[in-house]
Amino acid sequence: MTPFTQHTGITAPLLRDNIDTDTIIPSREMRSVSRSGLSEGLFAPWRYHDPNARTLNSAFVLNEAGFSGASILLSGANFGCGSSREHAVWAFLESGFRVIIATSFATIFRNNALRNGLLTIELHSDQIEQLVEWVSRDPQAHTLDVDLEACTIRHDPHCDVETFSVDPNARDMLLQGLDEIGLTEQSLDEITAFEKRDQARRPWVYLGID
Amino acid sequence: MIRGFVVTTTLFDKLWQEHEVMTLSERQSLLYVDRIFLHERTGSAALNGLLEHNRGVRRREHAFCTMDHIVDTLPGRSDDTLMPSGRDFIVATRGAAQETGIKLFDLPDPDQGIVHVISPELGIALPGLSIICPDSHTCTLGGLGALAWGVGSTEAEHALATSTLRVTRPRTMRVTFEGALPCNATAKDLILFTIRELSGAGGAGYAIEFAGPAIQALAVEARLTLCNMTTELSAFTGLIAPDQKVFEYCIDRPYAPRGEAWDQAYAHWHGLQSDEGARFDLEHVLDIRTLKPQLSWGTSPQHAIDWDGVVPHVIDAPDDATGVAWQRAQDYMGVSGGSHLSDYSVDAAFIGSCTNSRLSDLRLAAEYLSRTGHRVANSVKALCVPGSGQVKRAAEAEGLDEIFRSAGFEWREPGCSMCFFAGGESFGDGVRVASTTNRNFEGRQGLGVRTHIASPLTVVASACAGHLVADTTA
Repeated sequence: MTPFTQHTGITAPLLRDNIDTDTIIPSREMRSVSRSGLSEGLFAPWRYHDPNARTLNSAFVLNEAGFSGASILLSGANFGCGSSREHAVWAFLESGFRVIIATSFATIFRNNALRNGLLTIELHSDQIEQLVEWVSRDPQAHTLDVDLEACTIRHDPHCDVETFSVDPNARDMLLQGLDEIGLTEQSLDEITAFEKRDQARRPWVYLGID
Repeated sequence: MIRGFVVTTTLFDKLWQEHEVMTLSERQSLLYVDRIFLHERTGSAALNGLLEHNRGVRRREHAFCTMDHIVDTLPGRSDDTLMPSGRDFIVATRGAAQETGIKLFDLPDPDQGIVHVISPELGIALPGLSIICPDSHTCTLGGLGALAWGVGSTEAEHALATSTLRVTRPRTMRVTFEGALPCNATAKDLILFTIRELSGAGGAGYAIEFAGPAIQALAVEARLTLCNMTTELSAFTGLIAPDQKVFEYCIDRPYAPRGEAWDQAYAHWHGLQSDEGARFDLEHVLDIRTLKPQLSWGTSPQHAIDWDGVVPHVIDAPDDATGVAWQRAQDYMGVSGGSHLSDYSVDAAFIGSCTNSRLSDLRLAAEYLSRTGHRVANSVKALCVPGSGQVKRAAEAEGLDEIFRSAGFEWREPGCSMCFFAGGESFGDGVRVASTTNRNFEGRQGLGVRTHIASPLTVVASACAGHLVADTTA
């Protein structure tokens, strides 16, 4: 996983609550078994007037010239709810996004994001509105600077920086770009010892191999 | 909580503790994963990731895979599906399952079916087991008292490689239902009502235990339906303390313990309940004595109302953001504030999905057809898709397929079918569907499709009436 330490980027507001993963990447856009080839499908239901013909909906924020090249998204409550499809996170990353800032996230989406180096930040809605106000005035110039080491978001130089809190485990993983599986493999002895104790306690759990 | 010298614990905390290999930090632990189930849509990515990193499945006897999401449900099906590139997913999953040596319930397998239908059916899901699947509806299995939750493909890969997951501990919530479930209401109505009351984010960060006399009275399959939609509350999982009904359900299932192992499991399972006086981080009490059948009007499962209620007026929204969301939802659905849902004709009806495709669901709908003698309205396309090969054969043995067919329903092969649109079969733009599925998001069942979620009883009654209805006494 690519480490995440700091990121400065153009920021697009999409202030809706309950944006679900079917909307972020519809099932019909998941066309191959691989984790790539998904960027065209990102927000397909909203980005295109006709998703089949790919005719652009110019009113959708990510199609606006001002927000082109956006790599940070601002959104509402319960972001990423619905299906567990990790393709939603892969589609964001492939489209150049590194940070999603929302008032809250659905757990599976947040976990998927973390495991792929996409930073999710929870802020209060008034903080998000302040950020929206700032970036909307001149999106290409008014970028946000997200620092995971310091847990800050720097924006309008005349204002204070926003600070955010993030789960310490998640922060370590992102900062170091850790491969979680590799990390857990270091505890294989503990896992084997657990199984030995557990097998005595719950023998029916351990199935034989056919 | 410590009362006197007695430590009282919730069911969730007991299950957590039982599976804790080690603590990683204050809120995160390494949990042992007893069973992993995959399907061809997201499981293929997990298996491929594993193989690409030269890793194997640590305990292949604890990992299973089925074909449900993409496979055709048309009779005479093969690996070719109507979904563009669908065949690639099927072939890749089969290859990866063979290479890693895990059990696959492939197309011709008599036990093939929807993952959350077949895992209880085969005894792969059991009370107290920790079970993960790269699928958000894995919480279904909480209906058996299992600790089951949905994950992404990368986490599934982690579980396959290490038999564990690094999990942040959710808080505990109990939802207690007061009163008995009225006779025309089902578990589906109960969960839709709960989502409506608590909101679509009302369970975020929580593991929810459902309790109360109505829960104890629910049949096992109805408990699976209830817990299935806990993910629509954005909860970590939902669960119900297993009881005698569940234990009897598990007896003699192919992967369930037998003999002495059964006796040990049976004794252990009796301890799987929240202690008297156990403290939950949050408690909700919902009075269901007058619960009516529920129908969704909008594009989120929380947009549900009593079947005879009215679609809310946007001006009555509690805040601006909700008002905007309601307006979008009403525009998409082609419904207006103040109208009754019975004002809207339906073009299609769908009975199926991991929520409502079990034998009891099909019996409920078929019983309505037999009792009333009604047929599907001429203008309505109606489908019944059994959740598994076992469900299908059992239904056919009872003659349910004949009841559905002669009433105008298509009778399909098992699978997820049109619960979601993957580019293959769909209902068509603007089509209004009464559906026993779990999600009514924009485009979920196809571009422009308008989905109204309801119980099998409400769906079959609507299909026959030709408009949305829940007067199932007819």
